[in-house]
Amino acid sequence: MSAQAVPSTPSPEIRHSISPEELARIKRENRRDQFGRAWYKFSRNPLSVLGAAIVIAITLMAIFAPIIAPYPKHAEPFTDFASASQPPSAEHLFGTDEIGRDILSRCIFGFRYSLVMGIVVLALVVPVGVFLGLVAGYYQGTWIDTVVMRVTDIFLSVPPLILALAIASVLEPNLTNAMLAVSLMWWPWYTRLVYGLASTLRNEYFVVSAETVGAGTGHILLREILPNMISPIFTKISLDMGWVIIIGSTLSFVGLGVQPPTPGLGTMVASGARFLPDQWWIAIFPALSIVFIVLGFNLLGDGLRDLFSAEEA
Amino acid sequence: MSAQTPILDIKNLSVHFRVYGGVLKVLDGIDFHVFPGEKVGLVGETGCGKTTTMKAILRVLPTPPAVIPNGEILFKGQNVLKMSERKLLDMRGQGISMIFQDPTSALNPVFTIGQQLEAVIRHASPQNHRLSRSAIEQRARLALREVALADPDRLLNSYPIQLSGGMRQRVCIGMALSTDPELLIADEPGTALDVTIQDQVLRLLQRLVDEKQKSVILITHTLGIVRQTTDRVYVMYAGNMVEVAPTKRLFAKPAHPYTQGLMAAVPRLSGGGISEGIPGRIPSYMNPPVGCRFHTRCPYAMPVCERLKPPVFTVDDEAHQVACFLYDAPDKVQAYKQEQVAV
Amino acid sequence: MSGDVVLRVENLKKHFVVGHTGVIHREPITVKAVDGVSFEIRRGETFGIVGESGSGKSTIAYITMGMYLPTSGTITYDGRDLFAEKKRPIGLKKEIQIVFQDPGSSLNPRQSIKQILELPLRIHNPHANRLEEVIRLLDLVDLPPEYMHKYPRQLSGGERQIVAIARALATNPSVVVLDEPTSALDVSVQGKVLNLLIRLQRELGLTYMFITHDLSVMRNLASRVAIMYLGRIAEVAATEQFFSNPQHPYTQMLLSSIPVISEEEEKLKPAKVVSTGEIPSPVNLPKGCSFHTRCPYVMDVCKRVDPVMVDVGQRGGHIARCHLFEQPPEVAQQAEAVAASQEGA
Repeated sequence: MSAQAVPSTPSPEIRHSISPEELARIKRENRRDQFGRAWYKFSRNPLSVLGAAIVIAITLMAIFAPIIAPYPKHAEPFTDFASASQPPSAEHLFGTDEIGRDILSRCIFGFRYSLVMGIVVLALVVPVGVFLGLVAGYYQGTWIDTVVMRVTDIFLSVPPLILALAIASVLEPNLTNAMLAVSLMWWPWYTRLVYGLASTLRNEYFVVSAETVGAGTGHILLREILPNMISPIFTKISLDMGWVIIIGSTLSFVGLGVQPPTPGLGTMVASGARFLPDQWWIAIFPALSIVFIVLGFNLLGDGLRDLFSAEEA
Repeated sequence: MSAQTPILDIKNLSVHFRVYGGVLKVLDGIDFHVFPGEKVGLVGETGCGKTTTMKAILRVLPTPPAVIPNGEILFKGQNVLKMSERKLLDMRGQGISMIFQDPTSALNPVFTIGQQLEAVIRHASPQNHRLSRSAIEQRARLALREVALADPDRLLNSYPIQLSGGMRQRVCIGMALSTDPELLIADEPGTALDVTIQDQVLRLLQRLVDEKQKSVILITHTLGIVRQTTDRVYVMYAGNMVEVAPTKRLFAKPAHPYTQGLMAAVPRLSGGGISEGIPGRIPSYMNPPVGCRFHTRCPYAMPVCERLKPPVFTVDDEAHQVACFLYDAPDKVQAYKQEQVAV
Repeated sequence: MSGDVVLRVENLKKHFVVGHTGVIHREPITVKAVDGVSFEIRRGETFGIVGESGSGKSTIAYITMGMYLPTSGTITYDGRDLFAEKKRPIGLKKEIQIVFQDPGSSLNPRQSIKQILELPLRIHNPHANRLEEVIRLLDLVDLPPEYMHKYPRQLSGGERQIVAIARALATNPSVVVLDEPTSALDVSVQGKVLNLLIRLQRELGLTYMFITHDLSVMRNLASRVAIMYLGRIAEVAATEQFFSNPQHPYTQMLLSSIPVISEEEEKLKPAKVVSTGEIPSPVNLPKGCSFHTRCPYVMDVCKRVDPVMVDVGQRGGHIARCHLFEQPPEVAQQAEAVAASQEGA
């Protein structure tokens, strides 16, 4: 009654077989191919490569600051009034500040605080934001969605810098509290992003398939949905590193973040600003360092976005 | 018909794409032509190069990554690949119109049908640019009436979302014909629609192009649609034109093993079971097989097929041509014919 | 072929609320995606459901899978009500699996084929050796074992759909819902997938609910066919009957619209019925028979009363829902009542 064209009947035993070594080799090759393809896409844009190079350079400088910096002692409480306020020279490439500290060394140490700021804030913010967005997106239309997203909206409706300033000014001004303040204003952005993605992904057939097979909610959220938003999340993280560092520096600039004599870049700009324009190097070089670090992360973020969008095509 | 000059003549066209890991040799020296007033089908499966061909004709391939190492595309005797921007705009405005598969994405959802139709008419040519508003509106109304849409006045003020899929496809056809083009390229028209609606749209399209004596290229992967609507068919496989024949003859007596395989794979309304299809898959464009690109899947592959790219041979007469070594010698053609009779 | 009934669908309705009227008198606006559908599927058969987009055929598949709850009516599997419990028990989930239309989105792009196939095994067969099972499943569908480390994007469309079939078989189901399994595939690949389905049905004794808009495929695969139009079944017949002797005007219109490739098939197309008119919006269905706006044989009664399913007097349970065939007396009475009220008004 149904079709007449009959394929050859298969034998009951397994027709194909393969050794575990062979399987492992194929797995490795697939990995290598994926990496090669990704790098090709990424490297097509020289700006992305530049961004990655900047980020790597800054990270290395931050880690090895005591070795790289010409005058590591200058990052600690230190004064040398004999060589105060010297313009850039071979000895002090970025010049010295009003109490004789080498600005280059302090900038290199300043990267440390900026990076710590960015990493700690995002490490706090991303898991929380992603988790809330994931749950709210998956349970879209239920009370969970309503509660989570309205709270998110409330946080989003307050101007972020003002919120951070308010929180930081209530607390004791130091780096830890500055990070806390920025974290409190930052998580809703991730919730929004992930919420949007999750509410689309939950209707994809592979998610429906997992549901009809009987998979648990945990599996669906973490193994089916989450891996498919890794790309936009990482792109956002990279772009946000720059932003968080700027906000952190802003807080330091107004005295709510890193406290002198610790060499925060924002703090250095603030204390150097008094000597503008005559002794411009005291404020300008730390400011340029901020530009440098933010630029690096932004270019990297753009590159990642291109990479991920190409991967999907 | 062969005494005429073709309105579109593609000669030995190759298109390559530079990508990660090498070069995709997508089009591999294709020949293709359309005579005035002729309805030509271009059939092939996903990834065979149909869309690349179409984009090359309109010169909308992004370069890079696309590279055109050789070949020419003559539209009314002028090489599209070397045209000035000005002439190119004229050609796209007045010479060639497109009908896309999905009428929903072909129309801009934020403008009314009237606005879009009038913009198409206005920008078709410098003369139209000087027409008065009411004259253009008049032409838009006419265009809608032609595609059998009642109440054009109301339609002109409607947004695409207010229309059904079938109506949208009719609007797209009306829009394509509104500039009075000489060549119409229809890319899978109606495939996104339901079969009863698709049938209506295809009959309408056919009636209009017959009335207006337009040349048409119908690009599709559905053999049945080609059989219903075209005069002559090109069959494309992996960036090669493998066969061309008058439609009737192609369906009665497909010559190329790929065409034969494709026809056999179509499930029949008359029953008879489902064929296995063609074994294997379309080759990679990065390392296409040497010789005939089909030899890896061909049931009749011979040693020569692995060495040389088959030239075009004639079956019966000039109108039926096939790129396959099976037709190299007259006795082989004879053998093939007997086989056909036996089947 | 007259085996026992595996799946019984009884007066199934699914109405989606798509909006509300007015501000003060808020009446829900509904789309009757499925509106009173009954049929039964026998063990080991391929029951085909044909229809155009919006006919409700996929909604029936999704209700069967438990993705939606029915508005009313029910589906029973082996006599067990699929919706008796709020959450379908794992044991029932195991028995009915689905293969979706688009193999691109039905496989998680971030998971390897191995991970994709392991999920149903972990849930339904936790004690098995998973690697061996994955290799066995791939073998069952004729894919070499090294495919387990590939990702969906490395496979062709046909291969992806074959993986989706293997995943559906991983729970060892008895019913498989095939929702347009080859619509997204090229014709030269389609045959391979369809023949695989035929072979698996024979080897594993599967029952298929096969949903498609492609009548040519249906002709060669189904044992019985139901045709749907705007949420209702218009005609049900054994495949042979359905194609050689279509009774409902809509079936005839659909058959006559198919592009075919041979004269032999051309002869099968009912010449008299040519496709006209638009498919009405499912939000605003015509009164009476919903097909009357496009029907070449339309009569007054069609505009007043919706016909019921009747036996059309052919062989083998051939039924159609059309006024061309003698309707039970209550339909005629109803028609008169409507006519009278219209004249009175």
